[in-house]
Amino acid sequence: MKGQHALVTGGSRGIGKAICLELASQGVHVAVNYSGNKEKAEQVADECRTYGVEAMTIQANVADSASVQSMVKTVMGEFGAIEILVNNAGITRDTLIMRMKEEDFDAVIDTNLKGVFNCAKAVTRPMMKQRYGRIINISSVVGVLGNAGQANYVASKAGVIGLTKSLARELANRNIRANAVAPGFIQTEMTDKLPEDTKGELLKQIPLGELGKPEDVAKVVAFLASDAASYMTGQTLHVDGGMVMP
Amino acid sequence: MATIQDRISKIVSERLGVDESEVKREATFKDDLGADSLDVVELVMELEDEFDLEISDEDAEKIGTVGDVVDYIERHQ
Repeated sequence: MKGQHALVTGGSRGIGKAICLELASQGVHVAVNYSGNKEKAEQVADECRTYGVEAMTIQANVADSASVQSMVKTVMGEFGAIEILVNNAGITRDTLIMRMKEEDFDAVIDTNLKGVFNCAKAVTRPMMKQRYGRIINISSVVGVLGNAGQANYVASKAGVIGLTKSLARELANRNIRANAVAPGFIQTEMTDKLPEDTKGELLKQIPLGELGKPEDVAKVVAFLASDAASYMTGQTLHVDGGMVMP
Repeated sequence: MATIQDRISKIVSERLGVDESEVKREATFKDDLGADSLDVVELVMELEDEFDLEISDEDAEKIGTVGDVVDYIERHQ
């Protein structure tokens, strides 16, 4: 992968940040996409550069197709190629269905699911021309298991798995692979928000008995982006301490 | 300077691996020239670059034959 170029959405913190750093540590140049926090994104880019790779930050709201197209154009202009796309950007608006507002549902679907569509569509053109591309979409364990209070998030993450399979089938003969990673409960700001008793219940469902680290997910993403995974496409890899055993 | 028809024939024959003599006006991309739907999308992308124009998705969907492409590009040059 050394010398290749990656675009990582939602790369300023959490799992996205770990993915940026893991790829950089393997010699990949990284474009760190962020939606709001420029400062944190710049910090991630700085940290990437300590591995001797090029790094840039790029603001875009993945839910907005025009914003995504301009992002991909800018990154192509700067890097000249995008071999790896990691669709990681995601949000939550948790509440029970009975209380969930339509805009809560739409906002989560727009970022988590349509955002993947927007970004994948935008990189397809350069990847088809390159006859080379690796797309890795971040799903979630709850997209497979379901979860009370997260109907919107679960629907979006289950959707990502289906979208990944379609991408894989449509683009396979252009040497573009698409795979998904479904993290379990990983220590990030997103899971820090969960109440303590919820976390206690969660731990009981994790065979390996602890929350995962962002790096655990990042290493699997890097594997899928590498040629070690060259015969895999359309797959979902579960990085969840054994919660899902498909 | 090659004519529009010649330039298109060259691109189509290279992209689809067919002889330029087969790239006739009435030839359909899918049935006669063996293109799949992704091939057509790629052809459109390449033609956009070659002729420096943008072919909208709606127009791209209407493309069936080589003649359709020649006419379109002549109209929009």
